[in-house]
Amino acid sequence: MARYDRAITVFSPDGHLFQVEYALEAVRKGNAAVGVRGTDIVVLGVEKKSAAKLQDSRSVRKIVSLDDHVALACAGLKADARVLINRARIECQSHRLTVEDPVTVEYITRYIAGLQQKYTQSGGVRPFGLSTLIIGFDPYTGVPSLYQTDPSGTFSAWKANATGRNSNSMREFLEKNYKESSGQETVKLAIRALLEVVESGGKNIEVAVMTKEHGLRQLEEAEIDAIVAEIESEKAAAEAAKKPPAPAPKET
Amino acid sequence: MECVFGLVGNDFAVVVADTSAVHSILVHKSNEDKIMILDSHKLIAASGEPGDRVQFTEYIQKNVALYQFRNGIPLTTAAAANFTRGELATALRKNPYSVNILLAGYDKETGPSLYYIDYIATLHKVDKGAFGYGSYFSLSMMDRHYHSGMTVEEAIDLVDKCIMEIRSRLVVAPPNFVIKIVDKDGAREYAWRESVKDAAVASA
Repeated sequence: MARYDRAITVFSPDGHLFQVEYALEAVRKGNAAVGVRGTDIVVLGVEKKSAAKLQDSRSVRKIVSLDDHVALACAGLKADARVLINRARIECQSHRLTVEDPVTVEYITRYIAGLQQKYTQSGGVRPFGLSTLIIGFDPYTGVPSLYQTDPSGTFSAWKANATGRNSNSMREFLEKNYKESSGQETVKLAIRALLEVVESGGKNIEVAVMTKEHGLRQLEEAEIDAIVAEIESEKAAAEAAKKPPAPAPKET
Repeated sequence: MECVFGLVGNDFAVVVADTSAVHSILVHKSNEDKIMILDSHKLIAASGEPGDRVQFTEYIQKNVALYQFRNGIPLTTAAAANFTRGELATALRKNPYSVNILLAGYDKETGPSLYYIDYIATLHKVDKGAFGYGSYFSLSMMDRHYHSGMTVEEAIDLVDKCIMEIRSRLVVAPPNFVIKIVDKDGAREYAWRESVKDAAVASA
């Protein structure tokens, strides 16, 4: 029986794991995704690449629930994502069954990251080609969190982060413009970051918000359009304010 | 001496279970809830070996939740009942679960339903069902008074009649019962019927 025990992810002479770095390349080619944490809300936004005419866009959900209080968005290989998401969902229920408690966001992030790491140190397998943004509320303290994992299996908590295509521009924007916010302000910040790299409009971005009371809610296209319009008008107003005052009429 | 019974009404299903946790001649507690809320619109009333009862019903509950997260829509009552029966059947000839179950649910398309699932994985869709010694009395009462399309008031009246029979005719009748109902608004506790409250501990 052929056994796949030869490692694929091995060190290079200068200490790199090239397979993991190539996986990060795959992530960089994936759709843009952004996550922003507020004081009472967490927001995920994902770029929706223009759907083929005949494709039923409702079947392509990019922001998924892992449990009532945890959600995930990712950038990279979508087929790999399905596998990870499935494992995470099982782990959420398994945790509830064995300890009668819902998972904390950190726990499930650590689990997913652990899974991604395992596939960088096992025989015959390649790393998962995706980075995830995981949002949720702690089931006891009600504190919102945002975490990110990547193909190497590292994870950390963030106030706001982006991954996928043009993530550097989005992250720069977030670093410049982030401040503690809540409710609609947080949603607007996430959409503004996405609009830096994505064509404007409700049909090009998918946004979901999570609150402690209502769990995950996907925003309707119309809602997103309305917020985008608000953002555009705010931008226009800011531009107008910056223009120098009209020169005084010349004296005759 | 565990008593579980249930019936289907007009636009709802109701299940009743006794609430005594007994070990040989000792009553551990008389407010043990044996009707689990499986999901928003399903109830599982279970009787049998206490360890198996909790273990098995929690296992079913978590699998039903997993299905909902994976597929974005909840299982129908029929699907959940068949899944439950399947699990019992698989375990039967190795490590059987000693649990008898009445699964009540409400589906938007098909309305209320009740499923009788016994410990050797028998599955029946029924209008009324019962388990335990109490079934001799509650089934007879329901046979006499049940008709299809009962209102909540009529059904609870019948439930109370059954409880009265069990209390008066069963030699070691459980003192307390819990009634839960499931309809279009979801699964919830309806009432308790208590004849014995746990005594408050006197201060030293």
